[in-house]
Amino acid sequence: MTATKPLLDVENLRVSFPTPTGPVEVVKGLNLSLGRERLGIVGESGSGKSMTGRAILRLIRKPGKMTADRLAFDGVELQGLSERKMRDLRGARISMIMQDPKFSLNPVMTIGYQIAEALKAHENLSRRDVQARVIEMLQAVRINDPEQVAQMYPHQVSGGMGQRIMIAMMLIPRPDLLIADEPTSALDVSVQGQVLDLIDELVREKGMGLILISHDLNLVARYCDRIMVMHAGQVVETCAAKDLHKAQHPYTRGLLAAVPQMKETREVLPVLDRSQWGGT
Amino acid sequence: MGNPAILLKDLDISYGSTKVVRDVNLSVAEGESFALVGESGSGKSTVLKAIAGLAPDWTGQISVLGQPRGHGPDSGFAKTCQMVFQDPYGSLHPRKVVDAVLREPLKVHGLGNRDARIAEVLNAVGLDQRFRFRFPHQLSGGQRQRVAIARALMLEPKVMLLDEPTSALDVSVQAEILNLLKRLRAEQGLTYLMVTHNLPVVSFMCDRMAVMNKGEIVEIADAKQLHSGDFSHDYTRELYAASGAEAV
Amino acid sequence: MTTIDWLLADSPTSRLQANAGRAYRMLRALMRNPLAVIGGIIILTLIFAAAFAPWIAPESPLGQNLEARLLPPSAEHWMGTDELGRDIFSRVVYGARITLVIVALVALISAPLGLIIGAVSGYFGGWTDKVLMGLTDVFLSMPKLILALAFVAALGPGIENAIIAIAITAWPAYARIARAETLTFRNSEFIAATRLLGASHSRIIVQHVLPLCTSSMIIRVTLDMAGIILTAAGLGFLGLGAQPPLPEWGAMISRGRTFILDQWWVATMPGFAIILVSLGFCFLGDGLRDVLDPKQGGKS
Repeated sequence: MTATKPLLDVENLRVSFPTPTGPVEVVKGLNLSLGRERLGIVGESGSGKSMTGRAILRLIRKPGKMTADRLAFDGVELQGLSERKMRDLRGARISMIMQDPKFSLNPVMTIGYQIAEALKAHENLSRRDVQARVIEMLQAVRINDPEQVAQMYPHQVSGGMGQRIMIAMMLIPRPDLLIADEPTSALDVSVQGQVLDLIDELVREKGMGLILISHDLNLVARYCDRIMVMHAGQVVETCAAKDLHKAQHPYTRGLLAAVPQMKETREVLPVLDRSQWGGT
Repeated sequence: MGNPAILLKDLDISYGSTKVVRDVNLSVAEGESFALVGESGSGKSTVLKAIAGLAPDWTGQISVLGQPRGHGPDSGFAKTCQMVFQDPYGSLHPRKVVDAVLREPLKVHGLGNRDARIAEVLNAVGLDQRFRFRFPHQLSGGQRQRVAIARALMLEPKVMLLDEPTSALDVSVQAEILNLLKRLRAEQGLTYLMVTHNLPVVSFMCDRMAVMNKGEIVEIADAKQLHSGDFSHDYTRELYAASGAEAV
Repeated sequence: MTTIDWLLADSPTSRLQANAGRAYRMLRALMRNPLAVIGGIIILTLIFAAAFAPWIAPESPLGQNLEARLLPPSAEHWMGTDELGRDIFSRVVYGARITLVIVALVALISAPLGLIIGAVSGYFGGWTDKVLMGLTDVFLSMPKLILALAFVAALGPGIENAIIAIAITAWPAYARIARAETLTFRNSEFIAATRLLGASHSRIIVQHVLPLCTSSMIIRVTLDMAGIILTAAGLGFLGLGAQPPLPEWGAMISRGRTFILDQWWVATMPGFAIILVSLGFCFLGDGLRDVLDPKQGGKS
């Protein structure tokens, strides 16, 4: 793989939704170039970070509209592709993990069946091979008793396990790019670490690209190489994760300062002055 | 005098036939800010609900400011103790404007001088008067949570039960709400019992904390101990490590 | 500041203004739906016709003129005349009054009844729920028209008894809806918060639960109107509703049945009126659902 050719190349991405008072842009001209690296997109609710993730997969629901000067994955322009080609691409080469496993898994099918479906949709394998891959994948996401878990239904597993199953489902077709949209915010802190460590390990092992979308600056700093801070549909700052504490933009600085610390000694937390950069 | 604001003795709470909280003993002093910490399913919110009267199936003893609690909500208790809920989207009636939400407690208790009281409490929670006749869907999450806090303050209670009041909010908004809660406590001499899973928030807001796991209190510690991480119980240390004690 | 600015103000200054603004936004949303507008116009025409029947109708609905029996539609008699020489157009216009009275009274009796029973049942749950829903199921399991027939047979034919009979058969469906709606938010935090304020159960049901059930109730009642009109017409057709010579549409069809092959207009004209009004209510109901549905309610 050459380092020069980016995996994902986005130029001037715009997403807008119509309202009675005219269209409202939620992503305003975003540029992004991603190699096989781990990129974090951070922002508060309404910053457009989730819409960016969805737009890359062309998953913006009507009546929302997206346009971009360039939206290329591995050199292929995605905007011209038919819906069918796009479906083949989703899952097989780009996968997305959503926030809450409860809404992403089908409640009336066994876990094993759903993971197998994800695989069969993209590869032609014999039944035995499919079964073997499913068990192998469940082991990879550290599920202790994969044969038994494969027989279970989604409501029989805990939130953390559900999210690991989602990861298994998303990674089994061996995609090149994984988009994780708040993958752990529905989970307890002790499980959060495990799930993120797992994603991290699998991404490094397979040399995938990762886009981690989150509202938590510190979490993103821990698991990514590069960080993009979004506010009101625009990228306000991009920096290397290790330089986060040296961030320049007042919004990034404000966000960092507003988080309570474990060794908190401040009497009052600093509050963002939103008027400073014309934010909403 | 000398009565603890909240006293729990041998408290067991059940939902149906399953016991979700066992043998909880706790005493929160007047004016103190106390945290109940734990992960989902640890029973921390259930304890809060039992005190409020929303989880009536309990045995043991609960008393608030020296008064033993009954098993359901009652209107005398409403004036001493109020609760703020986690979800700012679910805790306001979707068809009522802010003014109607704040007027309701005054009507229920037949209190007069309503317009002035509403204006005053809006002021106290830092909401501009122009929000007074908006519907919840016209407010942001942080503004809604301010309205929910204002509603709880309306009857001038002494004790406030806070159920993850900021976990559904963005960090910058969380900071505003935490500051607000801290200021209100200082101004009105409130006692807080706050449920949270976020240890840094405890460090900012609280004096002491009780760590719950699987329906039991495993450790009661001083919030200052969060600075050193010096805890006696394994589970607390685990939680402390998972909460990113070393980060940034 | 214009009225529209006042209605759409971001920060209303009184509760009246806030509510008026909300109503105005809904009305605007409703006006964007062409079918709903058509339905609304039909219903308004019905109300208009009922209110001004004496001025609109060229002749008396009861005045017989045996010279002019069974005349086909013409410039003089737009819808022709019936077997007693009465102008059918005039009778249809006056019939709007009867239809409107039936519809309004049925809605006024059955909707609040169903609403309260459903809300109480859903809010309290447990034994209250079992008993009330059992009762509802008993009524729900009987076919509407047959039950109405039985009531009318017991009480005697007539328009009042037809209304009572239809109302009694209509409420269980509303009780079911109100209960289902109540169940979705009975454990929500805003109800819990209101209980903590010390509000009584009856206060919570009346002030907090019922207002949230009303929108789905309005939709359902509007959609049911067509069925109510048809049931009333059916009773009329069977001779158990409005009695002659009252110009009730169903009864008119029944009378016209004898001449259906040679003088088609006698039965067809009131039939058109029934179809048109039923359609009007259906269109309006669909439009209202789009506007009032809670899933869309947050947007504006």
